[in-house]
Amino acid sequence: MSDTATTTATKTEESTDRRLNMIEAINDALDVSMKRDDNIVIMGEDVGYFGGVFRCTAGLQEKYGKSRVFDTPISECGIIAAAVGMGAYGLRPVPEIQFADYIYPGLDQLISEAARLRYRSAAEYTAPITVRSPFGGGIFGGQTHSQSPEAIFAHVSGLKTVIPATPYDAKGLLISAIEDNDPVIFFEPKRIYNGPFSGYYDKPVEPWKRFDASVVPEGHYTIPLGKARYATRGDELTILAYGTMVHVVEAVCREKGIEADVVDLRTIVPVDIETIEESVKKTGRCLIVHEATRTAGFGAELSALVTERCFYHLEAPVERVTGFDTPYPHSLEWAYFPGPIRIGEALDKILSE
Amino acid sequence: MADRPEGNAEAGENRPKLSLHVPEPKFRPGDTVDFSHIEVPEAGQQPRPDETSDPRDMLDFAHGLIRVLGDDNKAHGPWDPKLDPDTLRTMLGHMAMTRAFDERMFRGQRQGKTSFYMKCTGEEATSVSASMALAADDMVFPSYRQQGILIQRGYPMIEMINQIYSNRGDKLKGRQLPIMYSSKEHSFFTISGNLATQTPQAVGWAMASAIKGDSRIAATWVGEGSTAEGDFHSACLFATVYNAPVILNVVNNQWAISSFSGFAGAERSTFAARGIGYGIASLRVDGNDPLACFAAEQWAANRARANAGPTLIEFFSYRAEGHSTSDDPSGYRSAQERDEWPLGDPVMRLKNHLIEIGEWDEDRQAKMDLEAAEFVKKTTKEAEANGILGHGLHHPFHTMFEDVFEDLPWHLQEQAAQAIHERETKFPEGLPNGGKGA
Repeated sequence: MSDTATTTATKTEESTDRRLNMIEAINDALDVSMKRDDNIVIMGEDVGYFGGVFRCTAGLQEKYGKSRVFDTPISECGIIAAAVGMGAYGLRPVPEIQFADYIYPGLDQLISEAARLRYRSAAEYTAPITVRSPFGGGIFGGQTHSQSPEAIFAHVSGLKTVIPATPYDAKGLLISAIEDNDPVIFFEPKRIYNGPFSGYYDKPVEPWKRFDASVVPEGHYTIPLGKARYATRGDELTILAYGTMVHVVEAVCREKGIEADVVDLRTIVPVDIETIEESVKKTGRCLIVHEATRTAGFGAELSALVTERCFYHLEAPVERVTGFDTPYPHSLEWAYFPGPIRIGEALDKILSE
Repeated sequence: MADRPEGNAEAGENRPKLSLHVPEPKFRPGDTVDFSHIEVPEAGQQPRPDETSDPRDMLDFAHGLIRVLGDDNKAHGPWDPKLDPDTLRTMLGHMAMTRAFDERMFRGQRQGKTSFYMKCTGEEATSVSASMALAADDMVFPSYRQQGILIQRGYPMIEMINQIYSNRGDKLKGRQLPIMYSSKEHSFFTISGNLATQTPQAVGWAMASAIKGDSRIAATWVGEGSTAEGDFHSACLFATVYNAPVILNVVNNQWAISSFSGFAGAERSTFAARGIGYGIASLRVDGNDPLACFAAEQWAANRARANAGPTLIEFFSYRAEGHSTSDDPSGYRSAQERDEWPLGDPVMRLKNHLIEIGEWDEDRQAKMDLEAAEFVKKTTKEAEANGILGHGLHHPFHTMFEDVFEDLPWHLQEQAAQAIHERETKFPEGLPNGGKGA
């Protein structure tokens, strides 16, 4: 399957291809990786016998044994630190942080340790760790189960940050992350674990199996880190997004009849600057959409990059649509979420310039 | 709030007034020091439990003090490791070398050859003797005051000095603050500089060794002040949960820069006692007694290797010098403390023991000290040929961008080009001294 064929816009319900939702695709990536490499171990809260609160590690302990897939104390610091030590030994740990909102007790071990081992030891020691963590809102998780902290990690030298938007990508990107010799933060947009999201919370979720991007081949394949994907192609404008928001902007564009290059970044560090430049120089208009809070969000970096590199191609100011600079509220979740109205108005504005 | 009384007076007028306790060390500059409150049991009095003992059966070891060398300079009791004289002389030699190295490097910093140095004076046994009780391929996760481990493991001293000088020969490419060594070849983990982060990492390494059915164990060192970090709690917890083959060494040298051990909880309990709550075998050891240090570490290594689990060791010692070259302890503690310290000096105690058993004398000691000083001096000169800390010109600029990742992504390529451009702007004729340093 080519990278451009994974758009969620196409539906082929009559097909015998194997179709997986994102949870199953992640589970498959872990399974395929563990089978290939004895040094891969999985640990985290509830990941062992139970198989994870979102079921991403279901069945793996039974298959690979308790010394390769095991539960941990409720200590994100300890989980990341143990992974750093295991990486120094020569293992390739894939710890799970149950919710991205819980990752902060492990930040020192990620930022000061995992991210800098290679540098400070002149490559004597490395941290080939992939930290998986469900992130983002839209599941009524309140302020401690909804955050999108990707910009914090993007700011750290030595960390790669990856965010898949489809089951096909989730598997290929996760295998790449695990095989990468540097620490990778792998944020899984939990709102789209079971199906892509149109942005209309009051409409039923359409399961992944109705979409081509859920066709996940068996066995091993990789999608390179640092390479974006065009989710849709169009000449009117470029929309830069990742994770859940890729699907929301696709849906809004479909609804409004706008033909856009929707660039699913897939990796935010290193970001695919070539694809961004190629598309923005073609369309001359750029909208950046993320669910995370606005101020100093990754959209600010993207806006700066586009302005620095594509200024003379721009026909309108770069726009950002983001979450608000508040904690993620529980009852007002959908007022917070950058949904179709906020995106639609930004599209109208940018296209009217 | 109208329906409730304001303030504390009406609502709780019968309650006693609360007050905050802020720990205060017993002695400040100028004070006469009296350490008689420190309980120092007779050497040899402590029993030696079996290495596979249940931690619940050995609670007293977290509050006692394991001692082997007595005031009579003889080795006493069941913890005597009964090392042969050659091994004892080797131990003394490593400690003396560590001390000579510290003296020279401290002076080098004062002479402007580097930015920073940290001595371990008075604490040599906690690294040298403990390290001797481990196998050479057991993995160590040290803090910043365990240079004795590298000296004991035979790491070339010139590499240490190159690192301290951040010179051309520095294997770490001038990236790390002096003394933050790394040597995978010597199973010595890269020193962080952030405190206590290495302790749960050591546990993770030990877990990995157990996962792979290896026979190597891990040991980590942390200061008593740094046990306050959450990382140390994580280390203890993961160590006990997974019965990890790891030794958690806490060097209690009484002082964390200017904060005495009371700010890490020492007024209420010992540091070894922290292990009890986790169900970790915990030993409190005279850290200035090289034989006790060796024996305790050996006990813990045997335990770990037998799959019997982790050990927490508190080495009770004293930081005889300042925290670092950036510190002047005369501003916060009594200068008498060092002289009055009831557990003496580890180098002197081992020397006196060897003399006592007829295996050493003052002349040989003087000769050894001289040889150590001369070796350090000679090695320092060799290292200085690689340059001293200059103006960042010892390493090609592009090395600044290497090893952030395995590969150089586009944004670092662009930034590297900028750095090289700035160098060419500043030095259009090329680097001064032909690029050999400022």
